[in-house]
Amino acid sequence: MKWDEFFVTGEPMIYAAMVSIVVVSLAIPIALTYFKKWNWLWTNWLTTVDHKKIGVMYVLAALLMLFRGGVDALLMRAQTAIPDNGLLDGQHYNEIFTTHGVIMILFMAMPFIIGLMNVVIPLQIGARDVAFPRLNAISFWLFFAGAMLFNISFVIGGSPDAGWSAYFPLASLEFSPTVGNNYYSLALQIAGIGTLLTGINFLVTILKMRAPGMTLMKMPMFTWSVLITNVIIVFAFPVLTVALALMTLDRQFGTQFFAMQSGGMDMLWANLFWVWGHPEVYIVILPAFGIYSEIISTFARKNLYGYKSMVVSMVAISLLSFVVWAHHFYTMGHGVMVNSVFSITTMAIAIPTGVKIFNWLFTLRKGKISFTTPMLYALAFIPIFTIGGVTGVMLAMASADYQYHNTMFLVAHFHYVLIPGTVFGVIAGFHYWFPKVFGFMLNEKLGKLSFWFIIISFNVTFFPLFILGLNGMTRRMYTYSESTGYGPLNMLSMVGAVGLAIGFIILVYNIYWSVRYSPRNIKGDPWDARSLEWSTHSPVPEYNFALIPTVNKLDAHWFAKKEGKSLTSGKYEPIHMPNNSGLPIIMGAAFFLWGFFMVFSWWIPAIILGVVILGTMAYRSFEKDHGHYISVEEIERTENALRGEQHEN
Amino acid sequence: MKIDHSVPLEYSTEENKMKILGFWIFLGAEIALFSTLFAVYFTLQTNTNVGPSASDLFHLSPVMIETILLLSSSFTIGLGVHAMRLGLKKPMMTFFGITLVLGAAFLGVEVYEFVTYVGEGATIQTSGFLSALFTLLGTHGLHVTFGLLWGGSILLQIKKRGFTPETANKSFIFSLYWHFLDVVWIFIFSFVYLKGLM
Repeated sequence: MKWDEFFVTGEPMIYAAMVSIVVVSLAIPIALTYFKKWNWLWTNWLTTVDHKKIGVMYVLAALLMLFRGGVDALLMRAQTAIPDNGLLDGQHYNEIFTTHGVIMILFMAMPFIIGLMNVVIPLQIGARDVAFPRLNAISFWLFFAGAMLFNISFVIGGSPDAGWSAYFPLASLEFSPTVGNNYYSLALQIAGIGTLLTGINFLVTILKMRAPGMTLMKMPMFTWSVLITNVIIVFAFPVLTVALALMTLDRQFGTQFFAMQSGGMDMLWANLFWVWGHPEVYIVILPAFGIYSEIISTFARKNLYGYKSMVVSMVAISLLSFVVWAHHFYTMGHGVMVNSVFSITTMAIAIPTGVKIFNWLFTLRKGKISFTTPMLYALAFIPIFTIGGVTGVMLAMASADYQYHNTMFLVAHFHYVLIPGTVFGVIAGFHYWFPKVFGFMLNEKLGKLSFWFIIISFNVTFFPLFILGLNGMTRRMYTYSESTGYGPLNMLSMVGAVGLAIGFIILVYNIYWSVRYSPRNIKGDPWDARSLEWSTHSPVPEYNFALIPTVNKLDAHWFAKKEGKSLTSGKYEPIHMPNNSGLPIIMGAAFFLWGFFMVFSWWIPAIILGVVILGTMAYRSFEKDHGHYISVEEIERTENALRGEQHEN
Repeated sequence: MKIDHSVPLEYSTEENKMKILGFWIFLGAEIALFSTLFAVYFTLQTNTNVGPSASDLFHLSPVMIETILLLSSSFTIGLGVHAMRLGLKKPMMTFFGITLVLGAAFLGVEVYEFVTYVGEGATIQTSGFLSALFTLLGTHGLHVTFGLLWGGSILLQIKKRGFTPETANKSFIFSLYWHFLDVVWIFIFSFVYLKGLM
């Protein structure tokens, strides 16, 4: 590799990005040194094993990635806004739609959801932390290492350019000779291992650490959705692990898995990718369904309609998610029989999903609805997501799919499910649980303003794409001639994209405004909600619950409030908590460097880093760490302080 | 930490129970991983390109030796866990030690086999079939290698610290891992080697 190939050159936008990266990476340490915050950052955040703080870091990283992916999206819309545009060349456009897809799914949607899981699940089941707090920190740092590795690709070596699905033979060394797809396989590999560990961690947490009395069928719906999601993670992510490993072997070690001659099979990649990829779609949507269930039930002031059918339909969705993968490539020649089977399984998913939609509608029926920001997102979700779902059924019909596969119609469809589903879901959850974590609310006025911007702009951006797709505009093409007539609708879509960007900027401004001016001293339960996380203080103390609540039914907190009872009894006892550790971030750094050296096939440093990684595992194995106890006096002090502040209200 | 004396040491604390459940779930993920590798192998097994086919390449005797070595190591680690439950430190360490030696011997034969294959012109780059074969066997072999390092470090801890809830828990989880590798090998033996020899 020559040094002039090492850095991406010749693009003014890339140079600007390089400058901004250098400025930011210099500014952060300087600011930390100037304000003497290194120690604070290290002890409170970087080495933390507290699920709430890890959750906050996940969400922060997800918001950062949302803006990175959002800039990609704006560039794409800007490029296609007018015919024969020369803003980006074909190669650059390829890189941008690839990184947009990968970042939004794997480094935005996933961490946002896992972040909310981290914050909420232990609180919702009445636990003091997750089952394996140290492992949880390792999950986060592996995700972060993967995300950063993926992000440096656009200045060092070049970004992947074969689409987020990286189909072979296009992604092979022959047709994608840059290191871009090495970044893809290694960054996703590292982040994926972190996700798998999260899956195991949360399964054990939910199965083993629920408060006394909380049987499975008395769990809040978000907890149920996370339980099912993590089952999917545990069985889907190993497939990705294998697929990515084979990709690395093919591209860097000369194997023939996905080759077109020498006994390889390029379609094998498409199958492996989507055997993971389709369940992945449900991994990001089911927790959002859980969030909506919580929010709709809270703000309709009613218990969730059809609790059992909600659970059954999520289980059905999780099973079906593993048997629909071939619908992603109906047109790649696998016979009538196969297409028919996958067509039917795909359409079958609409049934449990429909059950859930009707359950939400029936929960709303005759409810005393309060139109808070999270509730607005939930209410907007139902009709918009239904459009996405119905167009999904259209795409599920294999024979009709030949007409509009790989067009903008498909692009519009999956944005109509992923944005109202996942993105609105996590934003709603963000507004909903924000006061729980930080002890103050986000401003409702600004929240609603950004809601209206986002909701209207979303439809302006993506509805035209349905029509463009039906008119024949294919996806992933970087420009088109004026005679196609695609220009006006693309311009409209661009206008919407700008509106979306404004909406998200208002959202971030809202965070800033609320940090500065929002009133503190809120009660533990500002929304008058139903599940256990609202029975402790806001902000939540380190140990979550001074006394573990006992639960006898669903929404026990709600009924305890109505009946004026307490869920806890007994005296304080010393609480055992895990110790902070610097090992997870060191492992993350080692994995990052290992991945980086692997990308460039620098074997000797890669092997050294591999040994370092094994060394960190050995260190952990030999380390004696029994955690620490929080004394009764300290609990009393904390509880009195939190309660005292609230009495001032 | 509350220690429950009515159950074996490895289950005696809440944390230990959670670790064992977590490891079972991890093994579930490992099953998914190996299933995918088997699926890849079955898809590509007839795609031999210009290279040798399975029946050209495989010989029963080294594979039989590998199988006997690994199956006996599964038996000895079972004895090791039994000794641990009886609180016998020295026999436990001996059985774990034998297990690791058998594992290392298995690995030695596997490396010998790989070298023979490559000597016959069958490398990982030759054909889709060989890529899939080497990757499936290699993934299993890497698991065994990792097991040797892991098991060795557990032995050291037992030697230094004796049976505590932590060390007993680690030893038990390691035995689950080792049995799992044995199960995977049985599938490799039956569906890769025996099927290939037919």
